[in-house]
Amino acid sequence: MNTVDRLSVLKTYKLYVGGKFPRSESGRVYEVTDSKGTWLANAPLASRKDARDAVTAARKAFGGWSGATAYNRGQILYRVAEMLEGRRDQFTAEVAAAEGLSKAKAAAQVDAAIDRWVWYAGWSDKVAQIAGSANPVAGPYFNLSSPEPTGVVAVLAPQDSSFLGLVSVIAPAIVTGNTVVVAAAEDAPLPALSLAEVLATSDLPGGVVNILSGRTAELGAPLAAHQDVNALDLAGAGQELATELEKAAADNLKRVLRPGTVNWTADPGTGRLLSFLETKTVWHPMGV
Amino acid sequence: MTFDYAPAPESRAVVDIAPSYGLFIDGEFAPASDGKVFKTVSPSSEEVLSEVAQASAEDVDRAVKAARKAFEKWSALPGAERAKYLFRIARIIQERSRELAVLESLDNGKPIRESRDADLPLVAAHFFYYAGWADKLDHAGYGANPRPLGVAGQVIPWNFPLLMLAWKIAPALATGNTVVLKPAETTPLSALFFADICRQAGLPKGVVNILTGDGSTGASLVGHPGIDKVAFTGSTEVGKAIARTVAGTDKKVTLELGGKAANIVFDDAPLDQAVEGIVNGIFFNQGHVCCAGSRLLVQESVADELLDALKRRMRTLRVGDPLDKNTDIGAINSAEQLARITALADAGEAEGAERWSPSCELPSSGYWFAPTLFTGVTQAHRIAREEIFGPVLSVLTFRTPAEAVEKANNTPYGLSAGIWTEKGSRMLWMANKLRAGIVWSNTFNKFDPASPFGGYKESGYGREGGRHGLEAYLAPSSPEGAR
Repeated sequence: MNTVDRLSVLKTYKLYVGGKFPRSESGRVYEVTDSKGTWLANAPLASRKDARDAVTAARKAFGGWSGATAYNRGQILYRVAEMLEGRRDQFTAEVAAAEGLSKAKAAAQVDAAIDRWVWYAGWSDKVAQIAGSANPVAGPYFNLSSPEPTGVVAVLAPQDSSFLGLVSVIAPAIVTGNTVVVAAAEDAPLPALSLAEVLATSDLPGGVVNILSGRTAELGAPLAAHQDVNALDLAGAGQELATELEKAAADNLKRVLRPGTVNWTADPGTGRLLSFLETKTVWHPMGV
Repeated sequence: MTFDYAPAPESRAVVDIAPSYGLFIDGEFAPASDGKVFKTVSPSSEEVLSEVAQASAEDVDRAVKAARKAFEKWSALPGAERAKYLFRIARIIQERSRELAVLESLDNGKPIRESRDADLPLVAAHFFYYAGWADKLDHAGYGANPRPLGVAGQVIPWNFPLLMLAWKIAPALATGNTVVLKPAETTPLSALFFADICRQAGLPKGVVNILTGDGSTGASLVGHPGIDKVAFTGSTEVGKAIARTVAGTDKKVTLELGGKAANIVFDDAPLDQAVEGIVNGIFFNQGHVCCAGSRLLVQESVADELLDALKRRMRTLRVGDPLDKNTDIGAINSAEQLARITALADAGEAEGAERWSPSCELPSSGYWFAPTLFTGVTQAHRIAREEIFGPVLSVLTFRTPAEAVEKANNTPYGLSAGIWTEKGSRMLWMANKLRAGIVWSNTFNKFDPASPFGGYKESGYGREGGRHGLEAYLAPSSPEGAR
């Protein structure tokens, strides 16, 4: 019998862009440590070019994803929850390492994140019913308002919650048909990069969610200035960075969701869901 | 033998314009702190109508403080009481609608037919509509017991001076906010008359404050730290500047900006109705409409037939005295705007598009622009890309519905669009594909207080009108939520 301990196989973490797992085009990586400073992995340090590639992928995916039926999108979000459930232990370990939590506390975060996918999955075919309306105009017209996705949403994931926070900003944006480019929590990107592996195997079309790891400020700048990004979720930006990015976002009038203090374990409400929707009103005369 | 229309002028005697007006702050008219004034002229005659105060930063501060003070009591009123004030305002507007219509046509240059039959009825309707929401906010879908935001700083344009005021003030007051409103520099009068309506309605002092002034007054208002909400309707350029100003603050913002709407005509459309819709789409209010149907996309197979019919119809448009009840197209709002329209139309010619206008005699004084049609326009032409904000229509053609969608969406704007087809399934398919906040099918330029209005992309954010219009003035009861 061999008494030598088995050497474990380390994972090379990669970005998730357009349904593929590229290394950063820059070839750069940065050290990710646990809360005690112990080295965990080298994460790709995504560049501005990676951010632009991710926007291109998200735009390409938008037509198909926004055109899919709400029923289909709901099924896929639920599928993500199914796939996560099977990898619960892996994510518990990663979240525990990333956030310095006990195993029990990390497991609670993962469970809440799985449940959040389920919760948002159910919104796909209901949001139009609470956010739309039939409008009784003073004339012989059929007049209906319905919500539509804003387009490509750039998301700076929360820094204080590497997985539950991450899921809480991705799911509401995509369930309504938007596609997203996510900058993962800067110091704790590994749960996000592993989530990509789950998304890739959950029937989610490539490009709907694109995940980058790196410096939030470095990735935020090109995303906020990008003319083909329609909205910005600044959850993971500090006040100073948020102000700077909101100014840049004004160039093409991106919809901006400002950062705030959020309790990620609380009921999320519909705020985030409705922030990345437009309302389209259609008029048609009625007569015979 | 030809029959000419006899002049049918509306009487000016119904409106009494004072030689000068102050700012309306805390229920009182007062001159600007530094005594500055500017003149407002009638664009159809260049006659000086009155002199109004130019509000300074100090005046803005005073008005914001008055609104803040009034907010406490106003927001604490039961919704049913606020509703009654709004109903009173709606009724007084109806009573004084003839006076206000004449005033609006004098100061803005729009035909009396439109101010009388479109603007004023809609102004009253907006106050009626939002009056009814004031005591039903728990049912609006923004949570139980939603809160007003505080003081709203509102800046409105010159194309529909009183209607834009109604769009801004009615939902703000219904939800319990107080307002400081700045009307446009060239059309300040109807807002000042509205101040008098607030007085007649017994509205508490400070709930509505009106500051006349130019862009600098607007900038001071938007940048004032004491306001909680910015509402702006106007150009995309200014909208972007406002978005930068409020970056990093807690101010909630809605922006209703420019547009370059496609009005899409398919070969199966009822052509006569389509022609009426095209005319209404681009020549309503001299084309001074952000949602104007300024790009006509016509299916190639009917292009010649449609253009013949359109030109025939355009020859019947009557351009002239806004106070004449037979006038279809009034005066361009200002010399500055006329220069802008002229420059863009000239660019259209220079870039190779073919220009056509019906022969019409324009008055010798005032600011006028003949209804104009450009054919042979390509998507790269400035007249197909930039908002002209005047009676200028660019015509492009397409062959397939997919091409129509592609061309219609090929713009940074996304405010409105029109579809003309008898085929229901095609209409719904198109409406679904168009990236625009309002889609008019087999109709155009219809407005109603119950119907949400607002744009996608660079046409701005937020919706005005309907239940959706309340959202801009409410904070959800739970702290987590939308901006």
